[in-house]
Formats: sequence, structure tokens, C-alpha cells
Amino acid sequence: MTMFAGTLPTLLAAADGPFIATGSAPQWVALMPGLPLLGAALCVLFACLNVKSKLPGYATVALLAGGFVTALAAFLQGPDGYGVATIFRWIHASIGADADASITANFGFYMDGLSMLWMLFVTGLATVIGLYSTEYVASDKGLGYCRFFFAFNLFVFSMASLVMADNLLLLFLGWEGVGLCSYLLIGYFYKKPEAVAAAKKAFIINRIGDLGLLMAIGATFVVFGTLEFRPLFEMIAQGVDGKGQAIGHTWVVVVIPLLLTAGAFGKSAQLFFYVWLPDAMEGPTPVSALIHAATMVTAGVYLIARMFPLYAADDAMVALTVVAWCGAITAFWAATIEFAQYDIKRIMGYSTISQLGFMFAGLGLLGTTGAVFHVFTHAFFKATLFLCCGAVMHGFGGQLSLRRLSGVMWMKGFGITGVCMFIGCLSLSGVPFTAGFFSKDMILAQAFATPDEMIGGATFIGLLLLLTATMTAYYTFRVFFRVFVGPRHFEPGEDDHGHDDGLGHDAHAHHHHNPTEEEEGDALHTGFHPHAPGWAMNGAMVLLAVGTILVASLYFVNKKEDHGWAGTMVRHSTAAYPSPGLAHGKDKPAATTVEPLPLGAPAPEHGQAGKPHAKAGTFLGQDPFKIMYYVSAVLGLIGILAAAWFHAPKGAWGLGIGNRELPSKVRMDAVAARFGPIPKWAENKWYVDELYHAIIVKPLLVLSHVFHAFDKLVIDGLVDLVGALPRWLGTLLRPSQSGVLHGYATGMVAGSAVLIVLVVLVAMWS
Amino acid sequence: MLDLFLAQSAFPQAMGQGVLAHYLFVSAAMFTLGLVGFLTRRNLIIMFLCTEMMFQAAGIALVAFSRYHLNYDGQTFVIFVLTVAAAEAALALALVVFLFRKRDSLSAEAWLEMKG
Repeated sequence: MTMFAGTLPTLLAAADGPFIATGSAPQWVALMPGLPLLGAALCVLFACLNVKSKLPGYATVALLAGGFVTALAAFLQGPDGYGVATIFRWIHASIGADADASITANFGFYMDGLSMLWMLFVTGLATVIGLYSTEYVASDKGLGYCRFFFAFNLFVFSMASLVMADNLLLLFLGWEGVGLCSYLLIGYFYKKPEAVAAAKKAFIINRIGDLGLLMAIGATFVVFGTLEFRPLFEMIAQGVDGKGQAIGHTWVVVVIPLLLTAGAFGKSAQLFFYVWLPDAMEGPTPVSALIHAATMVTAGVYLIARMFPLYAADDAMVALTVVAWCGAITAFWAATIEFAQYDIKRIMGYSTISQLGFMFAGLGLLGTTGAVFHVFTHAFFKATLFLCCGAVMHGFGGQLSLRRLSGVMWMKGFGITGVCMFIGCLSLSGVPFTAGFFSKDMILAQAFATPDEMIGGATFIGLLLLLTATMTAYYTFRVFFRVFVGPRHFEPGEDDHGHDDGLGHDAHAHHHHNPTEEEEGDALHTGFHPHAPGWAMNGAMVLLAVGTILVASLYFVNKKEDHGWAGTMVRHSTAAYPSPGLAHGKDKPAATTVEPLPLGAPAPEHGQAGKPHAKAGTFLGQDPFKIMYYVSAVLGLIGILAAAWFHAPKGAWGLGIGNRELPSKVRMDAVAARFGPIPKWAENKWYVDELYHAIIVKPLLVLSHVFHAFDKLVIDGLVDLVGALPRWLGTLLRPSQSGVLHGYATGMVAGSAVLIVLVVLVAMWS
Repeated sequence: MLDLFLAQSAFPQAMGQGVLAHYLFVSAAMFTLGLVGFLTRRNLIIMFLCTEMMFQAAGIALVAFSRYHLNYDGQTFVIFVLTVAAAEAALALALVVFLFRKRDSLSAEAWLEMKG
């Protein structure tokens, strides 16, 4: 990785502007989407052959591992491998008679630091989570198993197309593809009405955002005359549109980014659109881990990072301010809901929304490096957390309630789950030296380094994010202290999904277990006993937990030059931007920064093209990037201590301050009781779903009834009228059909005679 | 040489108008007989034979005109008509047999219920 440190002086020259990959990438990068596509085809074949083994799962894992190796190989090439690889001509059409107006969208891949970074974790996590899934959905071996892995493979293919696309149209194809796969996988348990409703909800809400993306793509084509990234970004870097006119102060740099933002917010479950993501937790847990935590939901972050030059081309930074504010508010809003949720998977779902809010805030605050690094680290620790929750759910018959589980870590076979969960929780809480600590710090510090003159209210956003970070630590450890440590207790869920060993568990027996009996062995019982994860699930959890620990070290790779490995990757991408306070290294905070320059363009005279920016801000009178380590560490600790005080059991695991003895009787109950109905409101998600139901769904339903009535009365009436006319004419003519053969024959002869007479008359006339 | 060519090109002789009239009279008579038979008789086989007669009447007229104009299209056409008529006769007789089996009668009036 250090090979990136001082490569290619020409690339370094453009360190302050977007890096546009001009070379050509090797064709074999197509293996990254290609192998999962092959896997999808294989799964269809397996389904046709009625394969009843775990073969589809293992084939998928092998192919996805192939994709990951390809990603690694591409990564090891370094910036030399960045460029465009055109696989085949996809769409090439001229519009109207004008020869210049043509649209080109190849099935081509644009490899640069950003797509490389995304592909590394997408293929890597897909492989590990695929391994976990081979065991998790094993109870559905047969057609359901094939269906699961088909959608799983298709998802990785779509995600790769989205991330690696070299034009907006292919990106859109991938964008819709991941949406489709998300729909298919949320609705995997299609016999469960909640799952079907959740799948529909996710799909429909995403469509609303996608309309914004589609309009942005259309507007981009109208303004720039191309959808291909390379010419597009060259134009944006020069600040001109397709006709050579400046775009700096026009609607282009405000409206197109705002439309893109709508698309990104839909996919990434941000403000106004977020309601689909918690419901999406109805899907199988590996799907929640891969799609609804680690990869697909970061597509919105990717989109904005990819199109960052367009956002940054606006001097007033209108769109970025919107992104920053919405991100921060979403982060805080989702965190408040989590305080009162009891379903551990849903807590993780809201936590994902909240962390995505952090990423968007990072982007909006001009800190692309921090945002992208947080995407990377979050993918690891959130996937770990989800897989651990999935192991609990799998083991206890679908039980997810915080109140009905306790001390899981001490139960037989759940030790690894507990340790991995602990590592994930530490990282999400931002405990010092964990991955989440470094990446979240970059965003938090950026909020104070970015002056308010550039992004309105940046300081306030920073304070809001600090508060949210504290809350994050609290709600994360609330789950850990209640579910994983403390006295052993469980009540199995309703669902006996996941039991593939055929021992005849009676999952419906709501039997309160005495933990000591459970330890003695379960042969005596006909009741439920926990189902510990096997090698595939444990292996996947351990791999991800180790990954979570290791990615923290990436913060120190290329620290001096690029503020961490993610910075190196971002610097070699279109997301490169001189973030205030980071632009020229930490040693000399940026006094001025210049507008992004195209590659190879002559440097402008200072103060002419270069626009002096405000001085980078400070926090508590210090460089925010230095002091934030201490501030966030203290706040994270406060959050954890609060969780320990309110929820932890007695003893060492309660840090000495916990007092929980029973599974669900905690100090928090008394506190919550003093807030009257507010905790109830938070548990009901502030009634946002009900609000949407009242202001959007209900009026639409009423409207649909009106349309239905109109259709029945007017449209159907007209159609029936048209149908009635021939029938009425028929009643007039029907008597002539007498059934008497000679009648017909006479009629025919008479008719012929009349015709002949007419012809003769006409002939005589003329 | 030229004489021989002219003699051959004039062969065969075109039919005179008087002769043509005879043929057309036969044709018209046959057609009328067929038509009247078809309209007046009730027996399906007789009716079918009447249609055949009208067919052949038309054929005679075609051949006569063909000869009159020394244009062989008419005769060619008649050969085709005869072929099709043969095939159609086989089908029609089969149908008649079938209808007879259904009703034990050859009368066309046995099938009066086929009305609108």
C-alpha cells in the first residue's frame, strides 16, 4: 500500500483538483461484475437442475472470491491501472439530424481511486457475507437457496456496474439493479406479509429518489452533451458546459446537484426517504448486512463523491450545504429513534441511517476523504454487527427483542458471536484506536475546520454531530450490555427459521428456561434450545471482526501526504478536493485554496482564477483535526458509561456501575417513566410512518378511488357503448339469417342479377 | 421461307364469331340449367351436381373465348379449375355423406336450425 506514497509526480501536481483518469484500465477488471453475473446464471441453472445441496452457496462464494482477487489485483496496479476499460459498445445513437447531438454509453468501466476503494470492500464483504449466508439460509436448501444466491450474485453484479460505470447511464442501470435485488431480497420470506410490504415500501420510496437521479442525468446530457465521465469531468473542471459557456453561477451547478442529491438520499435512506430502511430489516440478516448496511446504501455517498466536482463548482455551495444539513439532521434524528427501539436488528438499521448521515455531512462539509473513509470502515464494523445480530436471531428462533435476551455471550457456542459483537460495538462507538474512531473523527473535525462562510452553519452541524456521536456510543452499548452480557436468559422467538439440523425443535414453546438446566444438556427437554452458529457463520464473523480491527491501521498509511489511505484513494479520484484544514497537510493549514484545475492546465495567476477561501476554522482554539481525538474519545466514553449505568449488569462487564440483575429491569425504566409519553413516541418512530400515511398514502388512496370510479363509469361506459352498437345492429340484421339454404341461394342469385343489370346499365350509359 | 413462317404463325385458325355464339349458347344453357336445378331441388347430391354443372358451363365459355382470341390463358385456367373441382368434389361428397349420417336424410331442409 505504501507504493502509493510518492508515485507519479504528474498526479501529485493535480492534488488540489479532481483527478481525471486519462489512461486505459485493463480489460480484466470486467471480471469484477462478470464473475457474479456468471454466478447468477449458475444459480438459475442449479434451480433448473433442482440442486438440493449447498452447492449454489459455495459456487457463489468461490466466484465472489474471484471477484475480490480481481479487485485486489487491480488495486495492486496502483494509479497506473486507472483509466477507462471499454468492454463493448452498448448505446450509441445520434439524436435528430444534428450530427453532433449523439449519445454514447458504452459498457465501460471507469477505474480510479474511488471506484477501486468501493470495489475492494464490496467484493470483499460480499465474499465473507456470502460464506455466512451459506449457513444462514441453509434451512431453505433447494429452490429458495438458489433464489437467494441468484439475487445475491445479481446484486454484486449491479453494485459493480454502478460503482465502475464510466457513464451515467450504466451507473443508472446498476443503480436500478441494486434496487431490484434489494426488493427481491427484502421480500425473500415472501410468505411473511411484513416482508412483502417492506420490499414494496423500499422499492417505491427508492423510485421517488430515482426520479431525481433520472432527471439529473437528463439535465446533464442537455447541458454537457455527454454522459461519459471523462469528457464530463474535463468540462466541469474547466467550468464550462457543452457549448463552452461558463457554468459557475448558473442553475446547472445548483439544480443538477440537488436532483442527484434526491437520488442519493433515496438510495441511502436519508431525510424524508429513510423510512424504508428500518422496514427492510425484514429481509434475511446477511442481506441486511451486505445491502442495507455495508454496500448498497452507500451508493448515494458514492454518487455524490463521484459527482463532487459539479457540487464544488458552485461558489455558493448551495447543494453541499443542503447535503451537510440533511445528513447531520438525519444522523441525529435516527439516533433519537434508536433510544427507544427494542428490536436489535432495527437498532442497527437506524444506526446505519445515522452513520450514513455522518457520511453525507462529511461530504457536505467538503471533507470527501473523511466521508469516504467512514464508508469504508462503517462497511466493516456494521457488517460485523449485523452478522452477530443475525447469529443471535438464527440461534433463538428469530428472537430480536432486547428485553427477552440476556447474557447471550455466556451461552454455549455464542462466545465468538459475543466477542465479534464487542469489537463491532467498540468501533461504532468510536472508542479510541478503532476504525470508527478515526473515520468519524475526520468528519467531526471537518465540521469545525470548514468555515461557516463556505458551508452555512458548519459549526452547528459539528456540535449536532458531536451530540449524535455520544448518543451512538450510548445506544450501541445499550444493546451490548443488555443482550450479550449479564444473567443468562432467553425466550425463543416465534420463528423456527434457520434450524436445519432436523432435531425437531419446538420453537413455538414459549418456555422460560432455567440457564443451569440448559447447560446440563438439552436431551431431556422437548423445548427449545439455542442453535449456535456453525463454522461458516463463525468464520465470517471472525473475518469481519479482524477486518474491523485492521482497517483502523489504514488511517496511518500515507498519513503525511494524504491523511490516510482513503485520502490517497480519494486524491486519485474525482472526489479529490482541497478540504479546509486538510488541503496541504496538517502542518500548514490552508490559508487559501484554489478552484479545481483540469489536468495539465496552466496554473492560474494567484488571485485571478484562484478564489481565496476563508481560513480553516478551529475548535476550542486548536486545530480541529488534532483536538478532535480527545473530544470524541471523551464523548464516546461518556456515552458508554451512560449505557453502563442505565443498562449494564452487575460486575466487571458493567464497568462496576451497572446494577441490572434481571433480564429486562434496568435503571433506564425509571428515567423513561419521568418523560411521560415521549419514549413511547420515540418507540413509534415519532409517527413519521403514520404522518406519511396521512399526508401521502391516504390522499393517494382517495385519489385512486376517484380514478377507479371514473374508470368504471366513464371509460368502461364508453367501451361498453362501443360494444353495444354492433349488438344492436345485429338484432336488426339477424332475421335475414333464416337457416334455409335455398333462401341464401336465391338471395345470392338475385344480388348477382342486380349487379349484372347495374353493370350493363352503366356500360350502356357510357 | 417467309411463307412457311406466315403459314405456321396463322395456325391454328381463330374461331369465327358464328361458331363462338354456338359455344356460348351451350354454356349459357348449361349454366341456367344448373342454377335452376340448384334453386329448386332439395336433394343435397343433386344440388351439388348442379353446382358442378355451372362450373363446367363457365369452363366451356372460357375455352371458347380462348380459342376465339387465340390466347391460351383461358384453357390453362380451365385445367386448374378442373383440378380444384375434382378435389372439392371429394370433400363435398364426404360432407354430404357425413350430413346424411347425422340426419338420415339428404334434404337440405333437415338443417334449418342454422339460423341467426
